[in-house]
Amino acid sequence: MRAAAQIISGILIIAFLIWVILNFLRAADARNLSLGYEFLSAPAGFPISDPGIAYTPADSFGRAFLVGVVNTLRVAVLGVVVATVLGTLVAFARLSSNWLLSRIALVYIEFHRNIPLLVLLFIWYFSVFREFPSIENSLTLPGPIYLNQRGVYFTWPRLNENGWIFMAFLIIGLIAAIYTWTRLMHKQEQFGKETHFIRNALLTMLAFPLVGWFLAGSDPFWIDTPVFEGFNIQGGLRFTPEFMGLFVGLVTYTAAFIAEVVRAGIQAVDRGQLEAARALGLRPFQVFNFVIIPQALRIIIPPMISQYLNLTKNSSLALAIGFQDLFSVGKIAINQAGRAVPVFILVMISYLIMSLITSWVLNLYNRRIQFVTR
Amino acid sequence: MTNLSSASKPGFLLPPQPPGPIKWLRDNLFNGWFNSLLTLFSSVVVFFILTGFARWAITEANWEPVIRFPTLYAVGQYPRDELWRVGFGISALAFLIGASWQKWGGVLKGVALFLASVFAVLALLPTSHPQLTVAMRAYFASVPFIVGLAYWLARSERFSKRGIIILWMVYPIATLIVLNGVDGIEFLRKVSTTAWGGLLVTFLLAVGGILLSFPIGVALALGRRSSLPVVSLFSTFFIETIRGVPLITLLFMFSVILALFLPPEARIDRLVRALMAMTFFSAAYTAENVRGGLQSIPPGQIEAAKALGMNGVQTMGLIVLPQAIRAVIPAIAGQFITLFKDTTLVVIVGINDLLGIGRSIVNSDPQYVQAQLEVYLFIAAIFWIFSYFMSLASRRLETSLGVGKR
Repeated sequence: MRAAAQIISGILIIAFLIWVILNFLRAADARNLSLGYEFLSAPAGFPISDPGIAYTPADSFGRAFLVGVVNTLRVAVLGVVVATVLGTLVAFARLSSNWLLSRIALVYIEFHRNIPLLVLLFIWYFSVFREFPSIENSLTLPGPIYLNQRGVYFTWPRLNENGWIFMAFLIIGLIAAIYTWTRLMHKQEQFGKETHFIRNALLTMLAFPLVGWFLAGSDPFWIDTPVFEGFNIQGGLRFTPEFMGLFVGLVTYTAAFIAEVVRAGIQAVDRGQLEAARALGLRPFQVFNFVIIPQALRIIIPPMISQYLNLTKNSSLALAIGFQDLFSVGKIAINQAGRAVPVFILVMISYLIMSLITSWVLNLYNRRIQFVTR
Repeated sequence: MTNLSSASKPGFLLPPQPPGPIKWLRDNLFNGWFNSLLTLFSSVVVFFILTGFARWAITEANWEPVIRFPTLYAVGQYPRDELWRVGFGISALAFLIGASWQKWGGVLKGVALFLASVFAVLALLPTSHPQLTVAMRAYFASVPFIVGLAYWLARSERFSKRGIIILWMVYPIATLIVLNGVDGIEFLRKVSTTAWGGLLVTFLLAVGGILLSFPIGVALALGRRSSLPVVSLFSTFFIETIRGVPLITLLFMFSVILALFLPPEARIDRLVRALMAMTFFSAAYTAENVRGGLQSIPPGQIEAAKALGMNGVQTMGLIVLPQAIRAVIPAIAGQFITLFKDTTLVVIVGINDLLGIGRSIVNSDPQYVQAQLEVYLFIAAIFWIFSYFMSLASRRLETSLGVGKR
């Protein structure tokens, strides 16, 4: 009985696949389609408006595809970071004892959770970032930051020749500070003696870059200020309206979902835990850091992973507002006849790899913080 | 003073006074200098946003592209003298919902009242809009009456629950046939799906996607847990591939390259292809939710069912699945809300759903390009109302089914 079911289901699935492939081969024959990937090294021939890495239409299609991947990652990585910060802030506002603030957060969350992302993107792109004044009449924010039709221009520090020494020390300092923080915090948890982990971690974080600055000799970076030159702006860090529309839309939308995840996680911590911690005389920060966060994180991380994956996948809506990410580049290539199937496979595999890596990394972290059950 | 006099009566205990507004303010807005500052700051911000928005909406905004084309937003280019077919679909739905409200009550009451009140409001709108003719108003007004009539008729025993369920199954097919028309029948001539649009298409995709994706999702969840390696491998591959890619890759796949994998004679309608993509996408997520529910059923339940002499199909259908699905109602409801919102993505493959109609109205006139925000806010408001109502309904369903209670 089992064996029969096994064989029948196997035959059905294989027969279906063979039928599909035969159909495809016939269609490929009739329409002169190619299945190979030789086109990856042929010149792409189309421009990309906001490439994350150097690119000209004379470059190969493989390069164009890489630009698409970089653009998607640019939005996704930056978006995940900013959405997490914004979402956590909204969650804290929602949990605040201040009635007004909590209501404002509720309105924010309910507004974003119940409208389609695409509508939100259209609102941000077509009626905000595209509606900014022309360059001559740029809006100026302190910084200076210029907002106009060509995009958003930030004043931005850029590295000098010896800047890498400073950067290296900055990164080492950050890692050392995180290490100090976790190490000393665990010590304090174990032995109950004050280890001043916050102060020490902050000092570590400051000391390393200072040494780096000293070793670099001169100023490690210079300030790149955007300046008006004729009818254009030179210098500064520029983000196109397409990027900003996609980025702001994705971040504000995902932040509403993240806020709900964080709120649910914090509220799921048993009230008795909080009361017990207060009864032991812990200060509010200590209650939060030693009692609530470790327990809430266990609940927060798994749904947070799927929010991060959603943000990455949703970034493909870039197509609708003209930011050229992985999917848009793929779509242009499809329109150049005969490549639909190989390009589709390439695009889908790229998204699959990104999803798998994200969930693999976060699952590793998740396993570390889960309860050790004996 | 009144408190004092009543308290002074002997043998009369004063109940605790409800906290007054001043006390409420002090507890919730002004406890401590930090909170007071926060309150002041946020009130100023809220005040400026609200007044700014109100001023913009009343004086500056150009609502013409929103107000002028209600029929376009509702049904797209569906022939205007065939609108009775859409009306038939709505009336039949109103009847079924009214009858089900009588038989089952619960969430259906809310759904019936929501439907009735939407149409009552539409019928009574105080405007002299040229497209809101007397006939149209009369039709809108009839919908709440149909709901009430069905509720009243269904009291009798002659309307059995089984009969209503059969009608529910016939309804989608009948409505699709009426909307699409049949070749060779004079009063039901064919209406090409390219003419369908607006809210009609949004609802068709959402409802169709929900109805079709649910059974497929359950089947995939069972398939993934199946002991037959071929089935389990196929289901796992299908679920994980779809969950790993964005919906628009699927929409494009179905609209561009599906034809390559089918025999050349097979021509699938554009709208159906989009519906297929939405269905498979949603089914993969539903499958994962249902699988979570299946895992939450303690093995004792299955063993007990076996001990009672049930076979595998009975155990699954009568014991495991009902409990598993009940446990994951919130997740599935959330998934359906997402599906409803995701129908907007069909704009990208050129189908004129509500958002697509909005875009084409905006692009039809340079004046309207200036009024994009108004159009998008209007569309956002429509989606907001329905999504919010769906989440309310799912919360009601949870309480009435006692999720997490037993």
